[in-house]
Amino acid sequence: MGELWKLDLAEMHDLLKQKSISSVELTQSYLDRINSVESEIKSYITVCGDFALKQAEEADRRIARGDCQKLTGIPVQIKDLIATKGIKTTCGSKMLENYVPVFNATCVERLYEAGAVLLGKGNMDEFGMGSSCENSAFYATNNPWNNDRIPGGSSGGAAAAVAAGEAAYAIGSDTGGSIRQPAAMCGIVGLKPTYGLVSRYGLVAYASSFDQIGPMTRNVQDCAAILEVISGHDEFDSTSLQRPATIYSDSLNANIKGVRLGIPEEYFLDGMESGVRERVNSAIETLESMGAMIMPVSLPTTKYALACYYILAPSECSANLARYDGVKYGYSYQDTDDMWEAMGVTRSQGFGMEVKRRIMLGTYALSSGYYDAFYLKAQKVRTLIRNDFDSVFQQVDALIAPTSPVVAFEHGDRTDDPVRMYSIDVCTLPVNIAGLPAVSVPCGLSDGLPVGLQIIGPHFSESNILNIAYAYERNTEWSASIPVMD
Amino acid sequence: MSLDNSEIEHLASLVRITLSEVDIEMLKDQLPRILEQFELLNEVDTSDILPTGHAVNVESVMRQDELRTPLSTAEVLSNVPNVQGEHIRVKTVLEE
Repeated sequence: MGELWKLDLAEMHDLLKQKSISSVELTQSYLDRINSVESEIKSYITVCGDFALKQAEEADRRIARGDCQKLTGIPVQIKDLIATKGIKTTCGSKMLENYVPVFNATCVERLYEAGAVLLGKGNMDEFGMGSSCENSAFYATNNPWNNDRIPGGSSGGAAAAVAAGEAAYAIGSDTGGSIRQPAAMCGIVGLKPTYGLVSRYGLVAYASSFDQIGPMTRNVQDCAAILEVISGHDEFDSTSLQRPATIYSDSLNANIKGVRLGIPEEYFLDGMESGVRERVNSAIETLESMGAMIMPVSLPTTKYALACYYILAPSECSANLARYDGVKYGYSYQDTDDMWEAMGVTRSQGFGMEVKRRIMLGTYALSSGYYDAFYLKAQKVRTLIRNDFDSVFQQVDALIAPTSPVVAFEHGDRTDDPVRMYSIDVCTLPVNIAGLPAVSVPCGLSDGLPVGLQIIGPHFSESNILNIAYAYERNTEWSASIPVMD
Repeated sequence: MSLDNSEIEHLASLVRITLSEVDIEMLKDQLPRILEQFELLNEVDTSDILPTGHAVNVESVMRQDELRTPLSTAEVLSNVPNVQGEHIRVKTVLEE
């Protein structure tokens, strides 16, 4: 059977359930696909083929017993900062280059219970810190739409793998846009769920009050199906919330008549590319033609989100990354008898420059002379940003905005200037600051490169924003677009 | 806004990262430019505003104090860089 990697999850599920294909065949077809395109995409840090084929055999035994759930036997790539027992979890860092977890993250446990097959671990910006996947300690990932371009970040490997057909779907994480922005740049669907909906147990912490795990997929239905499996309360994550189990797929009816969609003017920046503006405006017209009520809204504190985030996230990072001391696990400089020298050199050689920069920034913001002026001030501004969203969601059901103001740029274009690199996150950061759910869905091409449409909703409105994305997707052909690769 | 070498070195000592001369020069240029962006927040009136730590209300959750099977010693030590017997070996902490 030819190009199985072009199928979506529902199609693969049907073939598996009918026993037209086996999970071993499907898994082998992905391993073959990886073998043929990975040298040009570099979306994986680790490919665990033997492990995947064993899981596929087990999935086939389940299917033979009549137990074929939506994800059973279907191969996934998981971002390399989510713990996988017995399989290296590097976080894209030299610090954890040889770290092999002795436990699974809760979301991995849930995927395995559902019969998922792990193909390998996705490349990423080190510890999730970056917007281009160029901060991986190992190598940069290339955008399947144009190999000279970045795939976005930090979940760049995940987005590129799904776009290139190197995995049926991927699991990423989003601290300031790290699922949505690469999804937009690679032309796939990416969902950042409400903070607390998906357990963070086993997700290596970058900024704990912002981090959230979510699905990255070829279409919206796939996204809903995965969210059903990975969401839900977990006693191992004290920030995981008690919510009734939701079958997100059931809310996908593509009917958005009368749905009130706000267009926040602050997200349509002067600096955004004209091609992105055109595609997003065209998508808004499409949504209106389908019966949605479009209304302009204002979120005046949006302009403070970038500063707010780049104070708070590095502050949390500076505390979280204090654990890497070369003593308990991870890279360890041994060539000295002096404890402090060993620790200083371990952290100097183990961390890349962006990680060091954020640890330094965060420590500066938390230091006694600057705590009130930076950290506390940013936490108060966080309240105002959240209040802005609360009041706008009194008027509208969801917000429509670009995911990224720019399409995928060339490798090296922004690496020398952190301020310019950080500025790309301007449309995604406010969502993490307020803990909201948001989905990025493909809305066309600009100069041959994908543009993402961002749909933001109030807390726990995943069913609604996925349905808006689904309605849009059904009325366009963008999600079916596959990059041309030789 | 500017930071001099000693301020960068002090920060580096707080975070236990040994910096090279090249790193110090780069950070001396970059950190002030990033910190300048933060000054934008000064124009926001936050006088009666409470800080937000988590965007979604989070409460402490307690569970029953029941015995569960912990990781084995071998598992706990499996990633330790320097093991001696069943112990983690560290550099000298207290000098004589």
